[in-house]
Amino acid sequence: MTNLVILIPVALFLGGMGLAAFLWALRSGQYQDMDGSAERILLDDDD
Amino acid sequence: MSCCAPGAELALDLEPSRRDLPSTDEIRLASRQLGNGLVQVELSVPGVHCAACIHAIESSLKKLTGVASARVNLSTRRLSVCWREGEPPPVMTVLDQLGYEAHLFDVDNEPGRDETLAELIRAVAVAGFAAGNIMLLSVSVWSGAEDATRDLFHWISALIAIPALAFAGRIYFRSAWNALSHGRMNMDVPIALGISLAYGMSLYETINHGEHAYFDASVSLLFFLLIGRTLDHVMRERARVAVRGLRRLAARGATVIRQDGSHDYVPLEEIEAGSMLLLAAGDRVPVDACVREGTSDVDCSLVSGESEPQRVAPGGMLRAGTMNLTGALTIEAVATAKDSFLAEMVRLMEAAEGGRARYRRIADRASALYSPVVHLTALLTFAGWMAATGDWHRAITIAIAVLIITCPCALGLAVPIVQVVAARKLFENGIMVKDGSAMERLAEIDTVVFDKTGTLTLGTPQLTNGDLIDRTALAIAAELAMYSHHPVARAIAQAGASAGPSPFRFTEIREVPGCGLEAKADGSVWRLGRAEWAFRCQDDDIPAPGAILSRDGLAVAKLICEDQIRPDAAKAISGLVSGGLSVEMLSGDHREAAYAIADRIGIANVRAGVLPGEKSDHIAAMAASDHKVLMVGDGLNDAPALVAAHVSMAPATAADVGRNAADFVFLRDSLSAVPMALSVSRRARRLILQNLVFAVAYNAVAVPIAILGFVTPLIAAIAMSLSSVMVIANALRLGGGMTVPAKDYGSVSGSQRFGTGLAA
Repeated sequence: MTNLVILIPVALFLGGMGLAAFLWALRSGQYQDMDGSAERILLDDDD
Repeated sequence: MSCCAPGAELALDLEPSRRDLPSTDEIRLASRQLGNGLVQVELSVPGVHCAACIHAIESSLKKLTGVASARVNLSTRRLSVCWREGEPPPVMTVLDQLGYEAHLFDVDNEPGRDETLAELIRAVAVAGFAAGNIMLLSVSVWSGAEDATRDLFHWISALIAIPALAFAGRIYFRSAWNALSHGRMNMDVPIALGISLAYGMSLYETINHGEHAYFDASVSLLFFLLIGRTLDHVMRERARVAVRGLRRLAARGATVIRQDGSHDYVPLEEIEAGSMLLLAAGDRVPVDACVREGTSDVDCSLVSGESEPQRVAPGGMLRAGTMNLTGALTIEAVATAKDSFLAEMVRLMEAAEGGRARYRRIADRASALYSPVVHLTALLTFAGWMAATGDWHRAITIAIAVLIITCPCALGLAVPIVQVVAARKLFENGIMVKDGSAMERLAEIDTVVFDKTGTLTLGTPQLTNGDLIDRTALAIAAELAMYSHHPVARAIAQAGASAGPSPFRFTEIREVPGCGLEAKADGSVWRLGRAEWAFRCQDDDIPAPGAILSRDGLAVAKLICEDQIRPDAAKAISGLVSGGLSVEMLSGDHREAAYAIADRIGIANVRAGVLPGEKSDHIAAMAASDHKVLMVGDGLNDAPALVAAHVSMAPATAADVGRNAADFVFLRDSLSAVPMALSVSRRARRLILQNLVFAVAYNAVAVPIAILGFVTPLIAAIAMSLSSVMVIANALRLGGGMTVPAKDYGSVSGSQRFGTGLAA
């Protein structure tokens, strides 16, 4: 039982972190241009 | 050097250009103040498709003085440019030099982001997170967790489920409430009821240390259904954005000549009847007007369906939306924008309330039957168990199990998943569909009505004898043709672009409205235009459409340019006829032109010289005699008919109004898009019906088991997932089959990539 008391909150916390990260990425517009992001890694940041 | 008095100052501006670029004034009208001294404009650039394009555009724009930022969005093929207040930078010119076609976007009627999609994706994420965690706990319970451990897991599940249902479920609760408060039923009513009752009963069980809780069922149900709904939304939104991103045709404003002779560029809405306007070659006529000075050729194809440009002289009337081709004109507005031809079309469209308003989607019809049956079954189960055992707790548990089992998970996915797969299939073939009900309606048609110019034909002339012409002559002709907006000149310029540079540069280039272009080079006078004008002596008359290139009055080359019938037109028509559909042609053009085309592609039933109002009346009359009509058209004059028809299609080259009115828009030249869309829609309809039959069969098996009280949460979870997977697998069968040839309409070069991202 004690291991459950530790493991379940840990599992939920990690899952929650993933969810929060996804929602943050959505909010900051990282899904606005999926095709563009894929191509932009080929560009040099010289300007 | 000047050719006609009022146009002198505009003729001076003659520059070689292959496209009509919006003026600086138009850019200013389309731009938006961001505050902090920055101005932003949004452009649609259909030609970008790779990292090199992004780099080329962004780096060259950032070099312009005043430009603060330039960013390309590859998914939507848009470019947003910010500059510090002042004169707009020459964005369009730079893009044109780079070889990208660009169109202005109206920023004001464009919400920057899609809020509904963002809400749906957030809901899917939250529901997915909750469903995953609860399912994990449920599996432990099913594997034998007991007593205190089971209660703990149930409590944790209940705690996870409550915010998920409140956040992700509100979309369904809102929609169900809306339907109920208007006395209607939709698919969301049983969904909302099912998930909330399942949650409530499970909570009661948990409090009483019960064995069975349905938290997993209620949340994963929500998750599956939200996926279906999100896919549906993404599909429609993509089509909408892409359609909007193409060329816009209405003028944004016009140059007004004030009483004191000064010139002002004013927005369309501020033009009054009686204002004198200056119309350069290449401009669209902003409002209905009367010509005061100058002569020119006017392209009426989008307005009346006539394929040949018409000559206009002082006293002639111009309708809003036509394009001034060859000479500058001074015109007097006879109506304001809201009383002009374009607005008249919009009114006709509103009056023509078509089949789509009366049409009810298959999903809605199914749920109208389905929901009462489900609710009645659950109620009868409850009453039956009450009567049989008198144990209300057991009766209510079993009744709720019936609700969960019958909850239209498969049904909710059955229709959207097929439509998403079908829409993606159409996307890959360059056809965009506005919404799912359009496909359902298309599958029902029995008559197809075509417009002529721009629909059965490409609407723009093309050089047909390019192979027979000397390459140097073609290069010279192309060099000259670049100075004109006339469709024939455009065709020559385009065909000659590959012929290499002209051997010499021209000077004193001028355009003679109604005749052609004249220029000096190499000590001779060169002319490109009508035969009787290009030859000094008039004895040799050539009736063929097109232009003559002459040097000092002697012919150098004869360039034949004709409007081409769309590729595969005859095949598409014969396919439709042999498929049992009756095919008609309605054209605003005169009889000879209409019959010439109809004979070549095999349409027997032709009406020529039809006015816009008559087109929609004809369609309405057919609808009244119980025909389901597909209207395919492109012009402003077709727009009311597009609305009146049961379902409608337009090519991407269509006028704005027409494209917005149509349910389907096809991007490629080939007319095989029509039979293609029809066959995909019919197959989609068959798959939808199969899926619905499957859902009913599934219920026929599962419901008796549920009524008899043998359903546990484990069985419910398996049955639900299994039925959803079956429905999705069935929908994916739509994948293979015919395609539309990909040699396509140039400005949407990325259209093939377009749909592929949807599968994710």
